[in-house]
Amino acid sequence: MSLLEAHDLNVWFDLPHEGTLHAVQGVSFGVDAGERLGLVGESGCGKTTALLALMGLLPPNAQVSGRVTVNGEDILAGGEDAMRSHRWTDVAMVFQGAMNALNPVKTVGSQIVEPMRFHDTADGDAAQRQAGELLELVGLPASAAKRFPHEFSGGMRQRAAIAMALACSPKVLLADEPTTALDVMVQAQILDLLESLTRDLGLALILVTHDLPLVTQVCERAVVMYAGRIAEFGSVDTLFHDPRHPYTRLLFEATPDLSGLEEVVSIPGSPPRLDRPTVGCPFAPRCDRVFEPCAAHLPALVSVAERHRAACHLNDEAYARPPRPTETPA
Amino acid sequence: MSEAAVVPTGTDEGAFLLDVRDLVVHYPVRRDLTSALRREPHQRISAVDGVSFSLRHGEMLALIGESGCGKTSTAQAILRMIDVTAGTIEVAGRDITHLTSQQLRPIRRTMQMVYQDPYESLDPRFRVRRAVEEPLLIHGMAGSSDQREAKIVEALERVELSPADLYIDRYPHELSGGQRQRVAIAASLVLEPRLLLADEPVSMLDVSVRAGILSLLDRIRRESDMGIVMITHDVSTAAHFADRIAVMYLGRIVEEGPARQVVNDPQHPYTKALMSVVPKRDPRDRTEPQILHGETPNPIDVPRGCRFHPRCPVAEERCKETDPQLHVPTGAANDAHRAACLLV
Repeated sequence: MSLLEAHDLNVWFDLPHEGTLHAVQGVSFGVDAGERLGLVGESGCGKTTALLALMGLLPPNAQVSGRVTVNGEDILAGGEDAMRSHRWTDVAMVFQGAMNALNPVKTVGSQIVEPMRFHDTADGDAAQRQAGELLELVGLPASAAKRFPHEFSGGMRQRAAIAMALACSPKVLLADEPTTALDVMVQAQILDLLESLTRDLGLALILVTHDLPLVTQVCERAVVMYAGRIAEFGSVDTLFHDPRHPYTRLLFEATPDLSGLEEVVSIPGSPPRLDRPTVGCPFAPRCDRVFEPCAAHLPALVSVAERHRAACHLNDEAYARPPRPTETPA
Repeated sequence: MSEAAVVPTGTDEGAFLLDVRDLVVHYPVRRDLTSALRREPHQRISAVDGVSFSLRHGEMLALIGESGCGKTSTAQAILRMIDVTAGTIEVAGRDITHLTSQQLRPIRRTMQMVYQDPYESLDPRFRVRRAVEEPLLIHGMAGSSDQREAKIVEALERVELSPADLYIDRYPHELSGGQRQRVAIAASLVLEPRLLLADEPVSMLDVSVRAGILSLLDRIRRESDMGIVMITHDVSTAAHFADRIAVMYLGRIVEEGPARQVVNDPQHPYTKALMSVVPKRDPRDRTEPQILHGETPNPIDVPRGCRFHPRCPVAEERCKETDPQLHVPTGAANDAHRAACLLV
């Protein structure tokens, strides 16, 4: 049993006029203490929605099914009241864009103390002292507690947002594009901080990003999502060196590398709309290795090797494998 | 013009398409009332503080650096969108630094900019046809409506929005992000510019479509011998698509040279650190990142001596005194590679 597990997680959004959008479609994964798990995919693939579902922070027009467990205890089952006792104490989140996550009219210290008070983990001087310690843990001076977010640079704000997320000693930290707006050197500082938190505190990290190299450098394993589903799940090493879903391979091929040696090719087309039922493999219209079963049958996520799963008919012995194409269609 | 080797380019406009010498851009800082009453001196932000580089026809140069390093101000100064404090800008051998807006008009056509956000750079009320037609009308290149239509269709086909009929009557909201950026590029290309400045042209786009836009820019500059200055914070993109890379830090170019050399054999300590923290695709390529502490200092208060010395891991005493100039480092493979560091 992993520290945090999601079982058959589904999220639907009611659309303003009519219909529903099936944003997350039967997603299951787990993360262990001290582990760093990546969640990657293009915008709209459901990675942020899945994260918000783990935090119980979806908007009112969303419906959720499935189970989310922390140490075996289902945190979604009891509704909002039960979720409230787990949010920030078991599962905490660092949001995309630190500027928007911090309240501009409150000092950083008072924002760190707030969840402590709410959850009765600390109060008064003890809470202030803990806030100072947390700020030092994330590489800011304790005196930063008395300052306002606008006095900070982008990198410092992101550190403060991480300190806030750590206020109630959570077991799992969810980070949604934590470095997207930051410069590469500041990004390296923040990633270094997140790595040391998982190493030193045994925190489990789920890193959501569209940036594949970020995940391969920081995480041990990664979930590749496409159109609300898991396309492939495995160690970052196998995902890069032995991908078993064409989407994973094409996503790597679309990403420039510092070596600058290999050709970079974009993936033609765009992801399917999720407000209509998908027939067959959702990636089939963009896939360079599409064959007979893809149009009609949705591939199941199956184990292709130890701790490596993929949802592609190419891995199914029941179908004859088509030859690799000699060139990628434009 | 410059001491760099002059390679014949097959054009008769001189060796360089763009030649920037000692460019300085200062912005005044607004004083608050109390400091004005105390008659404190005006403060200035040195956004660009002595930048020199040149660009050949058909060449792509990437200006890389962190936010606030002056890369966007450099591009805006070249386009004369902001005031130049000192230095010269020559385009195709003509000094445009002090031209009036009247004199600039015919030259503006030859220098176009592609912006970061295609969601903002296109007017939502204009169909694709109008968006691409507008620059032609502004620059008096309209001709008959048939000629205009032909030019619009040609520009759309060049950016691979083909067949053009399929896109020409659409509104921006009916297009994907990648398609919008292609329309924005078509609107620049329709004027047949010689020089394109692309400011983070793909950073707002999804990973899967970025490569297509970058390959498109790459193909266009090769086909039409157009020079491109690409501004980016993404070192991997620069490494992949640019011929040369110029690394900026706090208003200066600290290293410049052929892209492969700058990436694989960086000379300046800042470039070395920068290259070490760029995430690589292959997890087996994990290198020990050399993380610089702190952040880039405020450009109001540029450090004395070498501006990088307070964060430099190998700074010596003399680095606090002497401001290093770009030169060919002793360890460089050839003289096309230059760095501004006293220790190399």
